[in-house]
Amino acid sequence: MEQSSQTAVLKPPRTSIGVVGWIRNNLFNGMLNSTLTLLTLFLLWQFVPPLFRWAFIDSAWHTTGQACKDAAGACWSVISMNYRFILFGFYPYEEQWRPFLAMLILFGLLFYTRDRTRWKKPLAYAWIIGLFLMGFLMLGGFFGLKPVDSTQWGGLPLTLLLSVFGLTAAYPLGVILALGRRSRMPGIKVLCIIYIELIRGVPLISLLFMSSIILPLFLPEGITINKILRAQVAIIMFTAAYIAEVVRGGLQGMSRGQYEAAESIGLNYYLTMRLVILPQALKIVIPPTVSQLISAFKDTSLVVIIALFDVLKTTQSVLSNPEWMGFSREAYVFLAILYFLGCFSMSNYSRKLEKELSRGD
Amino acid sequence: MRSFKNNTLSEKTPLWLDPKKRAIFFQFMTFVMVGLLAYYLVSNTLVNLEKQKIASGFGFLNKESSFEIGESLIPYSAASTYGRALLVGALNTIKVSFIGIVITILLGTIIGVARLSTNWLVSRLAAIYIEVMQNIPVLLQLFFWYAIFYETLPSPQEAISPGAGIFMSNRGVAFTIPEGHPAHLYMFLTFLVGCVIVYLIRRWARKRQEKTGQIFPTFRVGTAIIIGLPFITWLGFGTPLEMDVPKLVGFNFEGGLTVSPEFIALLLGLIIYTAAYVAEVVRAGIQSVSKGQREAAMAIGLRPPLVINLVILPQALRVIIPPLTSQMLNLTKNSSLAVAIGYPDFVSTANTTMNQTGQSIEGVALIMAVYLFFSLSTSAFMNWYNKKVALVER
Repeated sequence: MEQSSQTAVLKPPRTSIGVVGWIRNNLFNGMLNSTLTLLTLFLLWQFVPPLFRWAFIDSAWHTTGQACKDAAGACWSVISMNYRFILFGFYPYEEQWRPFLAMLILFGLLFYTRDRTRWKKPLAYAWIIGLFLMGFLMLGGFFGLKPVDSTQWGGLPLTLLLSVFGLTAAYPLGVILALGRRSRMPGIKVLCIIYIELIRGVPLISLLFMSSIILPLFLPEGITINKILRAQVAIIMFTAAYIAEVVRGGLQGMSRGQYEAAESIGLNYYLTMRLVILPQALKIVIPPTVSQLISAFKDTSLVVIIALFDVLKTTQSVLSNPEWMGFSREAYVFLAILYFLGCFSMSNYSRKLEKELSRGD
Repeated sequence: MRSFKNNTLSEKTPLWLDPKKRAIFFQFMTFVMVGLLAYYLVSNTLVNLEKQKIASGFGFLNKESSFEIGESLIPYSAASTYGRALLVGALNTIKVSFIGIVITILLGTIIGVARLSTNWLVSRLAAIYIEVMQNIPVLLQLFFWYAIFYETLPSPQEAISPGAGIFMSNRGVAFTIPEGHPAHLYMFLTFLVGCVIVYLIRRWARKRQEKTGQIFPTFRVGTAIIIGLPFITWLGFGTPLEMDVPKLVGFNFEGGLTVSPEFIALLLGLIIYTAAYVAEVVRAGIQSVSKGQREAAMAIGLRPPLVINLVILPQALRVIIPPLTSQMLNLTKNSSLAVAIGYPDFVSTANTTMNQTGQSIEGVALIMAVYLFFSLSTSAFMNWYNKKVALVER
């Protein structure tokens, strides 16, 4: 009794607790770490203040291009003066509330889907209705909305459209390919392996070339598909191969007992998959599927190369305007922030989900 | 009796309920459908090609290309054939991928180790780097670096010189290199000989250590041989020291070694993007080795470098190699984005060829074939290496 009260009186030395202790333990524990800390601090001090000055103090925020050239710092005016074109491309100016509303619906759906307890049938219907609504909003031609040709679509809505529709369409295809690759029928297995490995072995850009140049040749005379849909086909074909590999990982994680149990109660192949295997396998692979969505979102930027006006291309066409020439850094930094926010929130979400799933329900 | 029973069973089973026959039927139907689809597409294509009067076949490879390529590892001019132009492009792809992979692995390892540092500041900075670079499309990064190059750097006349003999301008970076001398060839040969000798010494040293337990200082002796042999050759040729300094002639630098802004932007973008992924791979690999391994190694008295070399690395590599392979393949595939900033890689030259000849099917087929070849050969090599470091279980 006496001893324990005595130990309570003895407090740890000042230098091992609190702020000082933390700094000692995390920044100056040993020669190497002290040197590293000092070196890093020196480098940060060299780079961060000038960068801060360039971005915030000497910068121009809402001026003409000419005034920008006189400013010593960053020219954010290239964004603020052109944001409508960068975000919506050639979509008719007065109608731009429509893609904006479509994006809001998408964000709303994504935000609502975030919570796993809401993943029920009504949500799937809500998504289907939402996706159709977005398409109709963009196309127009009903309820007095002016029809807008898809050749005029551009900017951020196009980027989101390509990635979200791409993943939605690629998902079932990927599941079928994964099942085919695990199939006991050698012919189907070989076909699926050839498809998956072929697509995974070539860069997306070659598929985009294929869809934009060769696809029209594949079709009978008189039938043409517009450019956006062609790019969408390439993205779906590409993403499906990667989804297939992700799903295959989930299928391999299923124990034999699950198949045997399903067979023993007399389920056929289709019912075994639908009721027993896929619900479990797809649940395991939710986090890598979200990573796949992030990749698809980043990969859509490649449609620039086949001259679709996604958000990167609209920015570049602003930059080719003589008034705004030479402000690429600012414009690209803005785009980088835009992409970063999108991808970072998704990857954070995937990590959270992974923790939740590994904890078990 | 038994055969009789089986017979009745097979008589009872209708054709469409026999799994084996059903499987054959399904596969047959799938092949018929794929075949029909292929036939439909091919016949459409043939009709379309005839209508547009586009030739088919690879005959165009022997025709004169009549376009210039900015940089080439082999002699090339506009009078060369399309085949040679494509070869130049393929070599450029190999060049940028190879250099990119080597530097990416180095940088990625450093950042991955920094991410695990006990130093809070260093580990946080590494984490920020990884998070930011992974979440920005690589194409955007390429455009950014290219823009930095041609917008912020001055013209060759006002080139910045960050170090002696290096000139940076918006036309590229010009380096000073030693002037061509026959000694260099012999130095290179002796370097190769040195490598072979060190390899043999290592094998011998390992065998001796297994037999007698004596440790041979392989690393120090090896370094001495690899550096020493070319150095002695250099001395033997009378220490040739002439340097090829880049000089400003007209509007650009001549002499020395000039690296184009497209190449540097492509390399920078690929390295910085992929290194973030490699860093995560390395971090996961090191973390997969349990703490007890390090402690056990320390307990039997190994010094820190040996702990890493003999205990940590061999185990971590097993986890690292497979995902590292896929990152290397990603870098190679992403190098095809060169076409967006005008570096003459394979896709870029093939694209020009397609535009000139109109033979897009052959062009795209060539692109796919070449990248498939790169992918398959890289993964074959890495599988071989992976087998070497993989756990050998009894």
